[in-house]
Amino acid sequence: MHDESLWPEIAWLCLMISLMAIGGANAMVPEIHRYVIEQRGWMRGDEFAALFAIAQASPGPNVLFITLIGWKVAGWPGAVASTVAMCGPSSTLALLAGRAMARNPQARWRRVIKSGLAPLTIGLILAAGWVLTRNTVHSWADAALCAVAVVASLHGRINPVWLIGLGAAAGVIGG
Amino acid sequence: MCPVLENVMSVRSVPTVVQLFTGFSTVALSGFGGVLPITRRTLVEKRGWLDEAEFVELLSLGQLLPGPNIVNLAVMLGDRRRGLPGALAAVAGLLTGPLIVVLSLATLHQRYGHLPVVQHAISGMAAAACGLLVAMGLKMAWLHPKNPRTVAVALLAMAAIAGLGWPLLKVLLIAGPMALLWAAREER
Repeated sequence: MHDESLWPEIAWLCLMISLMAIGGANAMVPEIHRYVIEQRGWMRGDEFAALFAIAQASPGPNVLFITLIGWKVAGWPGAVASTVAMCGPSSTLALLAGRAMARNPQARWRRVIKSGLAPLTIGLILAAGWVLTRNTVHSWADAALCAVAVVASLHGRINPVWLIGLGAAAGVIGG
Repeated sequence: MCPVLENVMSVRSVPTVVQLFTGFSTVALSGFGGVLPITRRTLVEKRGWLDEAEFVELLSLGQLLPGPNIVNLAVMLGDRRRGLPGALAAVAGLLTGPLIVVLSLATLHQRYGHLPVVQHAISGMAAAACGLLVAMGLKMAWLHPKNPRTVAVALLAMAAIAGLGWPLLKVLLIAGPMALLWAAREER
């Protein structure tokens, strides 16, 4: 449950993660899971999965999942602190890189970093999918829903929010 | 052709600090399931704050850097148009509204989460959200050019995290330099 005195610790975790977050917030799912569940026992796996679902069902950037983790652990102070800590260092870097890029738009380092880090990011996202599946899929019905979402999402340009809504409806009807 | 001049000519309007805040708020609050497509439509096509080339430049740089892509894009665009206040206004706009919405939803969930119907709905939503993330990984892996380097790096990173449960820092410290050096040799 909430313990507002934990906000500095959750902020510190996000500060550490910020500059490692190649591939954005989704790629950070395994690391956050490792820390808040395996190391600290701050929540259960199904609570973690529910927060991920709520973040996906809300408008706005994916980083809101980090906000919700902060909120779950340390209430409103945790929500604000985790969001600011997650975006602060990476935004500062973006500010500097944006200015450097305006001066030197064709740098070789940019091509190397892009082609070098892309497969790493892909590995992180695949791992995130695996970790989340382990926490979410506990029944054949869950597995079927998850599989439908995978296929529908791979197949076309369907808006993800419809798939989440479908999941909610199927959960209610099936449950 | 002078790319800088071309840029200036096709940018139709320069937003103020307040417009940066409201513009990114609008984008964020109407972006269900990923903000990127609506960002491009709103900022490039509707408002003319930047042209396609600059959008692609800022987006690819934003994806390259750590942190949320869209937040990085907002920082860089805000800074280019209105300096540091612009960057802060753009990010604040992007995050404030969605933060209030998502925390309201989470509070509702906390209050009514014990009801069976809510539990079933959430577990169905979670299964679907999980499928979306898995599909995202598969799609990225499928679309990315495959050679021994990219396949090896992706599989090693995945195995280290999902299989061995390694901390991210350890994975990045070991696999990061390897991935970059390998790519640098290929790029030469």
